[in-house]
Amino acid sequence: MNPFGLTPLEMEALKLSLRVSVWAVAASLPFGILAAWVLARLKFPGKSVLDGLIHLPLVLPPVVVGYLLLVLLGNRGLLGAWLHETFGITFIFTWKGAALASAVMAFPLLVRAVRLSMENVDRGLEAAARTLGAGPLRVFFTVTLPLAVPGVTAGAILAFARSLGEFGATITFVSNIPGQTQTLPLALYTLTQVPGGERAAMRLSLIAVALGMAALVVSEILARLYAARMKG
Amino acid sequence: MLDVHVRKRQGGFTVDAAFRSREAGVTALFGRSGAGKTSIINMVAGLVRPDQGHIIAGGRRLFDSKDSIDLAPEKRRIGYVFQDGRLFPHLSVRSNLTYGMRLAPRAERYVEFDQLVDLLGIAHLLDRRPGKLSGGEKQRVAIGRALLTSPSALLMDEPLASLDFAKRAEVLPFIARLAGEFSVPIVYVSHSLEEILNLADRIVVLDSGRAVASGPIEELMSRRDLQSVTGYTDCGAILTTVVDSHHDAQGLSHLRFHGGLLKVPRLAVALGGRVRVRIEARSVAIALVAPEQTSVQNILPATVEEILRENGSLVDVRLDIGCPLLARITPLALQTLDLKPGMRVFAIIKSVAVSHGVLF
Repeated sequence: MNPFGLTPLEMEALKLSLRVSVWAVAASLPFGILAAWVLARLKFPGKSVLDGLIHLPLVLPPVVVGYLLLVLLGNRGLLGAWLHETFGITFIFTWKGAALASAVMAFPLLVRAVRLSMENVDRGLEAAARTLGAGPLRVFFTVTLPLAVPGVTAGAILAFARSLGEFGATITFVSNIPGQTQTLPLALYTLTQVPGGERAAMRLSLIAVALGMAALVVSEILARLYAARMKG
Repeated sequence: MLDVHVRKRQGGFTVDAAFRSREAGVTALFGRSGAGKTSIINMVAGLVRPDQGHIIAGGRRLFDSKDSIDLAPEKRRIGYVFQDGRLFPHLSVRSNLTYGMRLAPRAERYVEFDQLVDLLGIAHLLDRRPGKLSGGEKQRVAIGRALLTSPSALLMDEPLASLDFAKRAEVLPFIARLAGEFSVPIVYVSHSLEEILNLADRIVVLDSGRAVASGPIEELMSRRDLQSVTGYTDCGAILTTVVDSHHDAQGLSHLRFHGGLLKVPRLAVALGGRVRVRIEARSVAIALVAPEQTSVQNILPATVEEILRENGSLVDVRLDIGCPLLARITPLALQTLDLKPGMRVFAIIKSVAVSHGVLF
């Protein structure tokens, strides 16, 4: 047992869910910011195709995403075999795979929030920074990104919450292995499939509610801190 | 030194302008809105790319279409004060000021932080955020930020346009002092003749994207052909003078200009201070002999240069008093005096009719 009175199974699912979600967000954040910047600031042929690709997980059934990941990154998959042989990285049936599935599913939400925020950054400020001697990369890190912080935090928290709830893509891609890939929603689903699991299922549901609320509260606090900072 | 010749088509509008500035001092780009002023300085700063031409600043070629030279804005070392300030809202005033300063090569810095902060009177604002500043304070910080990059030229795009009258009067003297303090060419864009007459040494008049005239402000403002463009139709003369002496008992100050002394009501300006005065054409009278026993203080020997008719009812006479001066008289006066080019006459200017110049 432990301080919160959680059973080992619940504890394991909770820890795994947090680890998967944190990694999903941490690993996808740089790519999400880059994609958002590309969509917000650049004009190039095929931009709408890229936009569509990024948003695809939002409109596809999660199971389809999971299946595509399986085909692509399974040990016999196109990319999976190469990754396994060259780097010894295996996604399938591991928590890393669960994190990847979560990241892919949450990516459009992340990009959307960051992009909106970046589109609102006054380009005049970026031009001003250029005339002050800052190159494009420095402008990005000292002006664009700091001013897009509200979008980045909102996007990260949205993605984190989405990852906590990821089910379809995860179960299809990495299956439902206790301790390895059985995150909170998967554990909850398993409990609803066995007789007498209702009580435990309810407890897991409450944990999920608490986590979701916590994420929203953190998001709100960060937004207020930022607003206060900007006011000086 | 700034040498600009740029051409660019923007839709149906073509900017095609050339001008030069001196080593130091204020060159005003004047024109109505839509005359292409901002486009031109955006090209100088590297924010807009000209189709053709060249931009040379401080001996460096920043742009030259012939040799495909086009330096990025961050490589140009051109300071830019935007109309809307554009301070970084997430940084303190101090960080805003040092943003560009830290990026300038140490060896090329000629502006010192403490000195400039004092000059602009912003020392007490350093730890604040831009959101907490008034409009006038913001523009002073923006000017400081641009100048601290130790630029080879400073561009100012209507820096006072977004301020109300009182705030303008607050910022204007600071800009005037910069020009005296630092030897950097300043290009000052404005559609306000008032600001330009107070600040600029030279003026470039723009009309529909073209530079129709450029030169010392004293010469250009009394040119009749430009008055329809500038809208300033009552200009007799613009004189840049130096305070020569004060005469408290008489309530007068003597200002020395190119052609002699001008007596004006006592000014609160130190001896040697530069004062720009404006004389309206209709406050200038002409006499064939120097009048005696008169209340008028300024009786200056002059030569009639040219007689310009203005829609029948009034006549402008261009006089030379060491610099150009317009006198607006009636056709009757012209007939009576029988004025002809080359005649030696006297220009009569009442002291109180000399508009109080702003000092810089």
